[in-house]
Amino acid sequence: MSTDLPFDLTLTDEQAMTRDSVQRFVARHIAPVARSADDQAEAPADFFSLSAELGLALMPVPEGLGGAGQPRDPMSGVLTAEDLGRGDISLAIGAMSPVSVVNSLLDFGSDEQQALFLPRLVTGDFVAAGVALMEGQALFDPAQLRCKAARAGEGYCLSGEKRMVPFGVTAELLLVIADLEGEGPAAFVVERGAAGMSAQRQSYMGLRSLELATVSFNNVEVEAINRLENFDLERLLDLSRLGMAALAVGCCQAVLDYSIPFVKERQAFGEPIARRQSVAFMVANIGIELEGMRLLVWKAASLASQGKPFHREAYLARILCAEKAMEIGTNGVQLFGGAGFIRDYPLEMWYRNLRAIGVFEGGVIV
Amino acid sequence: MINLELPHKLLSVKQMTHQLAAGVFRPISRKYDDIEHGDTPQELKPVAQMMGAMRAAAVNGGGKGKEALIDGVVTVKNGSNMIGVIAVEEMCWGDTGLMLSIPGSGLGNAAIMAVGTAEQKETFGKMYCAMAITEPGAGSDSAAISTTAELCGDEWVLNGEKIFCTGGQRGDAVVVWATLDKRLGKAAIKSFIVTRDNPGMKLARVEDKMGLRISDTAALSLENCRIPKGNVLGSAEVADTEEARKKAFGGVMQTFDNTRPPVAAMALGVARAALEITRSILLKEGVVADYSKPLYCSTAVEAELYRMEADLEAARLMTLKAAWMADNAQANSKEASMCKAKAARVGNAVTLKCVELCGEQGFSQVSLLEKLARDSKVIDIFEGTQQIQQLIIARLLLQVSSKELK
Repeated sequence: MSTDLPFDLTLTDEQAMTRDSVQRFVARHIAPVARSADDQAEAPADFFSLSAELGLALMPVPEGLGGAGQPRDPMSGVLTAEDLGRGDISLAIGAMSPVSVVNSLLDFGSDEQQALFLPRLVTGDFVAAGVALMEGQALFDPAQLRCKAARAGEGYCLSGEKRMVPFGVTAELLLVIADLEGEGPAAFVVERGAAGMSAQRQSYMGLRSLELATVSFNNVEVEAINRLENFDLERLLDLSRLGMAALAVGCCQAVLDYSIPFVKERQAFGEPIARRQSVAFMVANIGIELEGMRLLVWKAASLASQGKPFHREAYLARILCAEKAMEIGTNGVQLFGGAGFIRDYPLEMWYRNLRAIGVFEGGVIV
Repeated sequence: MINLELPHKLLSVKQMTHQLAAGVFRPISRKYDDIEHGDTPQELKPVAQMMGAMRAAAVNGGGKGKEALIDGVVTVKNGSNMIGVIAVEEMCWGDTGLMLSIPGSGLGNAAIMAVGTAEQKETFGKMYCAMAITEPGAGSDSAAISTTAELCGDEWVLNGEKIFCTGGQRGDAVVVWATLDKRLGKAAIKSFIVTRDNPGMKLARVEDKMGLRISDTAALSLENCRIPKGNVLGSAEVADTEEARKKAFGGVMQTFDNTRPPVAAMALGVARAALEITRSILLKEGVVADYSKPLYCSTAVEAELYRMEADLEAARLMTLKAAWMADNAQANSKEASMCKAKAARVGNAVTLKCVELCGEQGFSQVSLLEKLARDSKVIDIFEGTQQIQQLIIARLLLQVSSKELK
């Protein structure tokens, strides 16, 4: 491929096809169940096995290891996150969580590590897995982790606590990011049932249908092979920030799409409220900011897909999306007035879920 | 394939215009903020010649835009609209008022190139053509203009008063909007090319302004101003059905789909200049915003820098997208208005915040920051105010008419 590409916003055929099937999946299996999943604090029983049929986790895995052998492509990941997020951020993170571990293994694992762990995640069915990055302190800085790792004999020993870990209780594999004594942040694959590891499900303002847990490590021993050889915290963070930002773009699109017919329908003072500039301009501003969010995320992701530096762009995309997503979430509720606050409508749920965008690190690695 | 980086060709356009902006505009930026109501600055004459040559090349068919070839197949165009926004951002990084003062770069030129006949392009293409729309009683509601045009034999006779006409003093010609019959509303509004030497068009005054001071903003009065019949732009017929009327005025408004992204680009250039100057001033105080810490582990000043940069980058991508759509013959009214709205308001906010962050140095006329803040303001006003853009965007998103959403 030529390295001198034109400015272009056209999807590849492959991306367009994947988008198509993801959007169909969202219409059938995410949007209709998002509210009840939020109420029950749990995804429908068959949701994850249905999501596995999309094949997201096996797409970038080499054929020799049971995957489809597609190139590793953060841009495609962003498009998928955007579409899934349009249905529901919480279920989207669940569906993409194993992909996050797969992508991390592909980016940071040696051939040997990939051969060891990837086949376990691409069985064809859904295998719960997640990245454990978040911690509980305010002003959380992923470069200053309180969860510690130390060398112990041939391997390593982990101690400390991780928060907001997707599938923290039930995961087959967790990728735990901890501060390795004298070396800085490192990534460890920790297997289900490891001695000294315990997990407790936690409830949050949003993302309620997602199994998020506090995972404690009390001198958990892992083998040397479980530490990803080529780990790069900055890359992990940047890809996770893009993943979360793309989910925000999708959800904000849902807010816009859902608000338009409502403000045209809802009557006040004898006419639809859409005819009032104070209402119409809020809709316009949602459209404007959403366009900027999407393009900034796309720019960072397309750089990543081309193997170019994208840290600055990912950083800016996260700042913009975290801020504008909450603005759009809150304006969505406002446009609906009292109806926005009522749980019959999805606005309050989107508002609660969008609050996670500026908080959650490591949720989805594209 | 999704790619939001510029290809080499556009990068070289950017580089060339940047050299012009840095070498010619920046050094005289302050000088011509202090000199208002002068003639065209001497320093711009060679620039005008260069641009003239480029325009001539465009008239001869070179401006269609280069197509990108991948494996010999035409995929996507990065053409004249993208070149335009990139060049404008760079020039306005240098100085917006000076860019607007380059002879030959008027809005009237854009209108003639968009809807003129081959003959009109030939005759007026090399001239500096201003555009006169606004009147004392008609601003954003351009359909309310009351300047009249009447056909008398082989000539149009124009009568009325025009204000806020950029280049109205120094231009060679002015594209004047006038109505054939006010009772018929929008459909009767046509535009007419009037050369500046026409005795029927008089310069009433040149405005004193907050910013863009070297650019001339003129009031013109037309008194029995007679012009040749062939100087009307587009058809002189007044559409008689509702459908045809919409289409006729729509054609006029379409010009703006191509001119709004470059105006958005003006705001980007001004704001980027302010942000760069601010960064270098703050660097002396030890402020380094290098994307290394989470937002809330950064200082308040660093966080401001990040937020401004993020907003500016988003606005830039929106502007490029709108231009890219125009290059690829995609309808872009919504995107053109969106980028104008976003870039202009971000431009205002960024330049003002830069003055604030740099304290006395920002407010002082020793640096360019205060000037950039003054220059930026009008960009959120001309070519459709922020509020007009929001109206357009809202109507398009909500799919409601201008009657339903006023």
